[in-house]
Amino acid sequence: MSNSPKTLFDKVWDSHVVRQIADGPDVFFIDRHFIHEVTSPVAFLGLEQRGVSVLFPEKTFATADHNTPTINQHLPVEDPLSANQLLQLEKNTSKYGISHWGLGNPKNGIVHVVGPENGITLPGMTIVCGDSHTSTHGAFGAIAFGIGTSEVEMVLSSQCIMQPKPLKMRINVNGQLGKGVTPKDVALYIISKLSTSGATGYFVEYAGDVFENMSMEGRMTVCNLSIEMGARGGMIAPDQTTFDYINGRELAPKGADWDKQMAYWKTLKTDAGSDFDKEITFLASDIEPMITYGTNPGMGMGISKNIPQAKDLEGGESSYAKSLDYMGFEENDSMIGKKVDYVFIGSCTNGRIEDFRAFASIIKGRKKADHVTAWVVPGSHVVEAQIHEEGIYDILMEAGFALRQPGCSACLAMNDDKIPAGKYAVSTSNRNFEGRQGPGSRTLLASPLVAAAAAITGVVTDPRQFL
Amino acid sequence: MAYDSFKVLRSSAVPLPIENVDTDQIIPARFLKATERKGFGDNLFRDWRYDKNDQPKSDFILNNPTYSGKILVGGKNFGSGSSREHAAWAIYDYGFRCVVSSFFADIFRGNSINVGILPVQVSPEFLHQIFTEIEKDPKAELEVSLPEQTITIVPTGASESFQINGYKKHNLLNGFDDIDYLQAMKDEIATFALNR
Repeated sequence: MSNSPKTLFDKVWDSHVVRQIADGPDVFFIDRHFIHEVTSPVAFLGLEQRGVSVLFPEKTFATADHNTPTINQHLPVEDPLSANQLLQLEKNTSKYGISHWGLGNPKNGIVHVVGPENGITLPGMTIVCGDSHTSTHGAFGAIAFGIGTSEVEMVLSSQCIMQPKPLKMRINVNGQLGKGVTPKDVALYIISKLSTSGATGYFVEYAGDVFENMSMEGRMTVCNLSIEMGARGGMIAPDQTTFDYINGRELAPKGADWDKQMAYWKTLKTDAGSDFDKEITFLASDIEPMITYGTNPGMGMGISKNIPQAKDLEGGESSYAKSLDYMGFEENDSMIGKKVDYVFIGSCTNGRIEDFRAFASIIKGRKKADHVTAWVVPGSHVVEAQIHEEGIYDILMEAGFALRQPGCSACLAMNDDKIPAGKYAVSTSNRNFEGRQGPGSRTLLASPLVAAAAAITGVVTDPRQFL
Repeated sequence: MAYDSFKVLRSSAVPLPIENVDTDQIIPARFLKATERKGFGDNLFRDWRYDKNDQPKSDFILNNPTYSGKILVGGKNFGSGSSREHAAWAIYDYGFRCVVSSFFADIFRGNSINVGILPVQVSPEFLHQIFTEIEKDPKAELEVSLPEQTITIVPTGASESFQINGYKKHNLLNGFDDIDYLQAMKDEIATFALNR
């Protein structure tokens, strides 16, 4: 059996199985565990109630991001519940000797931005976090997925979780992406074709020249959105682009250790002739800048298209009608020209420097529409510093934008960055669920380019006219 | 013993025939700020259940006294979205012990079992039968037997079997959880870590 071809996923999964339980899950070893203030406190409480400790504190990394304010971070957090969660994270990590990048720490930022940025995320690793967008780290050829708080407690106490091995799906996108088509559009396109449950039960490998030619940041955006088609995670085989990104980062391997790791990393690809439970292929030339019109990420379309009719979709007509009613849209509507009240660029999906470069490429020399409120939120302090160093900050200021401080912000609106009821937001984040960005908020998911075009014109606009 | 054991549950059910019920609807993010696992049931389906003045919306099923029970029946792709276990906590805390749907999102399914809720996946046809029967008689009971792995619509006698792996079934029947299991194999894990 050792000579039979294996997928990238099999190679990483199989090497992390501590024990296989007959008619049950695998006991699955975790190399890296990220935690944040919202989904960890009950896990730490559980440890105390059971009287057990943290088995490998050096394998867990904490950052505060979900509920943190994006202005005046030097002041005490006003909301007492948020402040208490941040305090608990500080206390818990200090008690068990876990690395903690809290508010104000120069390394602080969104967990899925700071992990890769600091060289914590590496190929071939197993990575979990109490956050479904942990799939982001799959961009490095890691198996990375979100877990619940009970599982956070399992990892803290035993460095393992119990997981049945998912099925395998390969998604190929071949060809050349058109002008103005970004990694976000590729992901939203795939989700629109598969629906939000089309990959449930599967782990995805992305392959084909579109991903081979994509930057690491683009790959992170794509893998980040794997969960939105129901997949536990998605991964891309590491290559020279991956190695170049990692090399020199603070916590990445160095010297002889680097050479040893590289030898391993180069084996991390799907062997020819490997089997997948499902394989789907798309053409890059079919993808245009995308926008969503409904209340789940599968309800997306090319920006030049009209909203589909329920009768053309599979099942769920009443849910579809409920969704369009919430959004205030009608079947057959064009999205182009719809009024936009808010624009949000940021989040673990699109909060990295390339996203702000793309945003700046359109707003440069133009002005924000007066009626649009724009929240520009870097994914980390490192990204914030890059925005200043590269002159993007000046472009933002000249165009009438302000720059906020890092955090998850309006993606899930746990802090004060809430879109008001009934208002429309073009958002570079990952979910357009009812009320996701604030009670009653209406979210249109899109790329940083589409967000920039909307911010300038004040209506949904095809960004290609500015490129 | 992390939660109550689950054997046979016979109860009327609350129907929620909506597809893609995501965890942001089950428990909106702004209610995730607790540091203890209690009180989440009050905010279950918060924005479908209450208006902006915190008054109950009369057209939402949980506010309709005709419907009650320990079983929640949802449309396809129940529990999609965020990994927040708070969604399962809220369902449990409200008083449900079983969720029935024709399809569950992955993380939600795992979280449910980990907190002692049994997710029962049935065929789309059987789900339709359940909704139809509850529409006819809101007090119609369902019987869910974990030992037999069956779900029965009591008034019609229609029954279907459901899947659960042997390990998880054993855990739920006895109220054991994964942490108990993992604690018992810590030496094996430490050796594995050393040899990596």
